[in-house]
Amino acid sequence: MWRFIGFRFLQAIPVILAVITVTFFLVRAAPGGPFDQEKAVSDQVRAALEARYQLDLPMHEQYFSYMSDLFRGDMGPSFFYPGRSVNELIIQGLPITAELGFYALLTALVIGCLAGVLAALKPNTAQDYVPMSVAMIGICMPSFLLGPLLVLIFGIWLDLLPVSGWGNSQGDKILPSITLGAMTAAYIARLSRSGMLEVLNQDYMRTARAKGLPEYVVVIKHALRGGLLPVVSYLGPAFAALLSGSFVVETVFQIPGLGRFYIQAAFNRDYTMILGTTVFLSTLIVIFNLLSDIVAAWLNPRLRYQFRK
Amino acid sequence: MTSESGSVEIINIALEMPKGTSLWKDGWHRLRQNKLAIHGFSYLLLLILICLVTPWIAPYGYEEQNLRLGAVPPSAEHWLGTDTFGRDMLTRILYGGRISLAVGFIATAVALIIGVTYGAIAGYAGGKIDNAMMRLVDIFYALPYMIFIILLMVVFGRNLLLLFLAIGAVEWLVMARIVRGQIQSLRQQEYVEAAISLGLSPLAIIFKHLMPNAIGPVIVYTTLTIPNVMLLEAFLSFLGLGIQPPQSSWGVLIAYGVETMEEYPWLLIFPGLALSTTLFALNFLGDGLRDALDPKASRD
Repeated sequence: MWRFIGFRFLQAIPVILAVITVTFFLVRAAPGGPFDQEKAVSDQVRAALEARYQLDLPMHEQYFSYMSDLFRGDMGPSFFYPGRSVNELIIQGLPITAELGFYALLTALVIGCLAGVLAALKPNTAQDYVPMSVAMIGICMPSFLLGPLLVLIFGIWLDLLPVSGWGNSQGDKILPSITLGAMTAAYIARLSRSGMLEVLNQDYMRTARAKGLPEYVVVIKHALRGGLLPVVSYLGPAFAALLSGSFVVETVFQIPGLGRFYIQAAFNRDYTMILGTTVFLSTLIVIFNLLSDIVAAWLNPRLRYQFRK
Repeated sequence: MTSESGSVEIINIALEMPKGTSLWKDGWHRLRQNKLAIHGFSYLLLLILICLVTPWIAPYGYEEQNLRLGAVPPSAEHWLGTDTFGRDMLTRILYGGRISLAVGFIATAVALIIGVTYGAIAGYAGGKIDNAMMRLVDIFYALPYMIFIILLMVVFGRNLLLLFLAIGAVEWLVMARIVRGQIQSLRQQEYVEAAISLGLSPLAIIFKHLMPNAIGPVIVYTTLTIPNVMLLEAFLSFLGLGIQPPQSSWGVLIAYGVETMEEYPWLLIFPGLALSTTLFALNFLGDGLRDALDPKASRD
């Protein structure tokens, strides 16, 4: 197990380094400096600004200086918001995005697993078809369509829930969480259904039933652990999907989270902010993939045997 | 019994056996049993046909405005209503569909070409080359690709060609893995050894002897990649990072519809319906093809 964790950890480091390096040079290669889209500034002001943001140094020195700052946890000043650092902006947006992501994941896990398990217990009946058809709709209904439709129905026509904001009025967290979690819920439902179907056909299930265990014990104690394994492996990718989904959901519902900052930074050409957020989010995604792999290996010994030689 | 009479017997048995069916015939037969997949397939064919002939059948011109009319709900003259500039929505959805489908197919083709070539080389070469090539895929796979596409669109400007390449460049990874796995297992077979000993070049072996046998899963995954790519395009266009006006795609139309949905909900609902039904059809067809051509793959 430790060998497996160590191996995956070592694999994650070059990925993170690659992300930082590629992002850094991509952003530096972008046409047009961050200061020349507004009104023209004099050469002196320009030189002073470039010196302040270290843009006058040769490329490799900029890179190493950025890397050493980053290593100390400093992502530099924002190009767009004067006097504010990228760290500040990330710290400001992160709790909101984390809360949104948590509720969305919770919604997705509860609804997805419940639907998938129920469907697998009675395959090819209405109990299977109805949740799986809904799951298919969830997959084909992207968040930027589902969100506005929910707002239209529940926010405007029925006037039940607030249409935007986060934590300002009662119930305004419900629609964003459902919107963000819907597609993940649909994938989880499909994964848990196929996982459960496979496990329920195994011999040890028959043994468990032959022992005279009641059906709910058989399902909960024996089938769920194996059957929900694909869901655990999917949690890493699901986290990445939720993060990119939060770009849209935060834009639709006007939530001041990290995703909205990122999209705004993209439009404002706030290069340090883009760079900082990309590095931060990518590292987060890589770490989550790592964690989900470790949990999957812990649940399923077969996955880690390949590292015991 | 001499060995000669034995082999005659085997030939006789072989002659009496029912005629073998090809993978395609077998797959087509199985696909036809799946009503959802067939409906999806017909819907797509119809959609592609309509999009191809849009310039000749569209009821109004793409840029034709009628500012005095403004936004009107669906009526006999404008089946799907008009937008705030008085432009016919049916016409705009048809033209948007051309772009959405084009992105779906072309970007998938880019992913297909890169993925198949890369996977075939890795699988055929084996050993250290294969190992290095697949580790690279692992590293790319761990990258948060959505963030990278947004980054690419921001850095290099928003044009259609770049969109094809950027999406294709992230979608090839799974294809490479699938092809590599297929090629690797097929490589061990005797008929490939025979081909090698006959002195065929690796390229000829890969394309003439290995690829035809590995094509089932490739087709299945290609069909499932198209909806992903279309979703990605719509996502980027919705955020304003994909297709730029005056060009429009379903994602652009949805973004526009969201702004005015309170007063003119049909501007959101119809483009949304167009995108969702198409994704539905593609996913059902993909699932059906998987059951038909690649029975070993599990459904998830």
